[in-house]
Amino acid sequence: MIGLTHYLIVAAIIFTIGVFGIFLNRKNVIIIMMSIELILLSVNINLVAFSSYLHDLVGQIFALLILTVAAGEAAIGLAILVTYFRNRGSIAVEDINLMKG
Amino acid sequence: MIPLFQQIGAAAALPEIVLALLAMILLMEGVFSKSITPGAIRVAAIAAFIVVAGMIVWTSGTGTVTAFGGAFVADPFARFMKVLALLGSAVALAMSGRFLARTKMDSNEYPVLIMLATVGMLIMISANDLITLYMGLEMQSLALYVVAAINRDSAKSSEAGLKYFILGSLSSGMLLYGASLVYGLTGHTGFTDIGTALAVSGSNLGIIFGIVFIIAGLAFKVSAVPFHMWTPDVYEGAPSPVTAFFAAAPKIAAIALFCRVMVGPFSAISHDWQQIVVFVSIASMVLGAFAAIGQTNIKRLLAYSSIANMGFALVGLASGSVEGIQGVIVYMLIYLVTTLGVFACVIAMRRKGVYVENISDLSGLARNNKGHAFVLAMLMFSLTGIPPLAGFFGKYFVFLAAIHSGLFALAVIGVLASVVGAYYYLRIIKIMYFDSPAEAFDQTDTEVNWVIYAAGAFALLFAVFAQPLLQLAAGAAASLY
Repeated sequence: MIGLTHYLIVAAIIFTIGVFGIFLNRKNVIIIMMSIELILLSVNINLVAFSSYLHDLVGQIFALLILTVAAGEAAIGLAILVTYFRNRGSIAVEDINLMKG
Repeated sequence: MIPLFQQIGAAAALPEIVLALLAMILLMEGVFSKSITPGAIRVAAIAAFIVVAGMIVWTSGTGTVTAFGGAFVADPFARFMKVLALLGSAVALAMSGRFLARTKMDSNEYPVLIMLATVGMLIMISANDLITLYMGLEMQSLALYVVAAINRDSAKSSEAGLKYFILGSLSSGMLLYGASLVYGLTGHTGFTDIGTALAVSGSNLGIIFGIVFIIAGLAFKVSAVPFHMWTPDVYEGAPSPVTAFFAAAPKIAAIALFCRVMVGPFSAISHDWQQIVVFVSIASMVLGAFAAIGQTNIKRLLAYSSIANMGFALVGLASGSVEGIQGVIVYMLIYLVTTLGVFACVIAMRRKGVYVENISDLSGLARNNKGHAFVLAMLMFSLTGIPPLAGFFGKYFVFLAAIHSGLFALAVIGVLASVVGAYYYLRIIKIMYFDSPAEAFDQTDTEVNWVIYAAGAFALLFAVFAQPLLQLAAGAAASLY
């Protein structure tokens, strides 16, 4: 029987993969944006699992709001990435180093 | 339509609704009207901020009102912080006009984005539910990401936007993960219900995990250590008026949200989060003081200065008392005005039509422009915390609250950090008064001049008119408990 704990463990694993994807990735900004989506999805799994466990709809409403915001966030992130690419001609993570200190 | 409005109590959120509608109207005007100029939209946006601030002041006698089933609350604390945030946005927008025109960045979208970010801030300040909190936070952040990258032709500006976006989304994700844990373990998203549930159940490991994640997300938004990495880069990369905006209004909203979340739903387990806030506060004060010493770019220096300032503000929150929250409110008021004044001085740094931003460009300012040099010196003394200037009172109240709550180590480290910080503030004064003068700056714009002298007068004369402000802040702080 799959219970609440299983869902929480899956969500925690996905969340960790997302965070590590941001910090260990040395290649491409697009991968960072995929990692951000992973983090938001892990939160959604958490919320829906809790919502069904508690028999309370609020968690699912919250999850729907997060899905909507995640779409807007991805759009804005890609837009900023496009202007960045126009200026620098690259989206490699190691090239994001104009300012330091 | 109207009965529905009354049923959900939407009148309490009228300022937010009006500002959001005005922002959308101005956006449509900007898109479809052939004759409208960015300047006209900017003036309309400033007028909208003033009108909305007036609406908030108008309702100041109504006490605590909740709306939307308790998800939104308008209390004296929210009103005070909202007026501060609106003031910050309006002044930052007023200072940006000619800067953006000169650097060919003037666009119809800029004032609209500032307005939408401000709507997000107002919602954050009034949030009384985890869902409202997230909605306000994202509404503010999404607009700010774009504003940071507003100079599309500059590699630095788009890099600032990209960095801000990546780290900002990561912090929102962490905050959400914490929110999902708190929701799951208490069964509620409303702050009042969470507070009631926690008062019965007490804390457990899961709740502490949730609070740590929520604090991580909020610490990012106020740029407190260890989530401060974005601040210097974004401050340096974004155009100066945008940086002035970033340093002013969003910080007010984030600190207000931080206070409401900590003393609202989590007040029953305050000993659990208190030590985290103490750590964040000490780390911010110390890092802000030491990292600013080696800077050559004035915007980077101010970024570290604002990190240190957030550390000082969090001292008041760490004490967890009404007195501490009052200290935070007073500190943020003084921080807002001082920061706007300092950034007005930075925007005034223009030589032969080119904006410069190195600290060495200020050398000998006292001989070229006595007024600006005097005001900037006063603002620097105020940031250092020298009596009888405004900054002294801000620090005094937060440290007093910390001592009354028995946090002696925190207060001592705070005072020591502010002594270290005095070094780089005083260095600017030394450069202005004792170094050989560089070429004079160009004529300063009228509105920037006004901001400089108003901020200088505030810093000098705060002690004279402090009493009514302190009483307002005390009433606002009491309404949180």
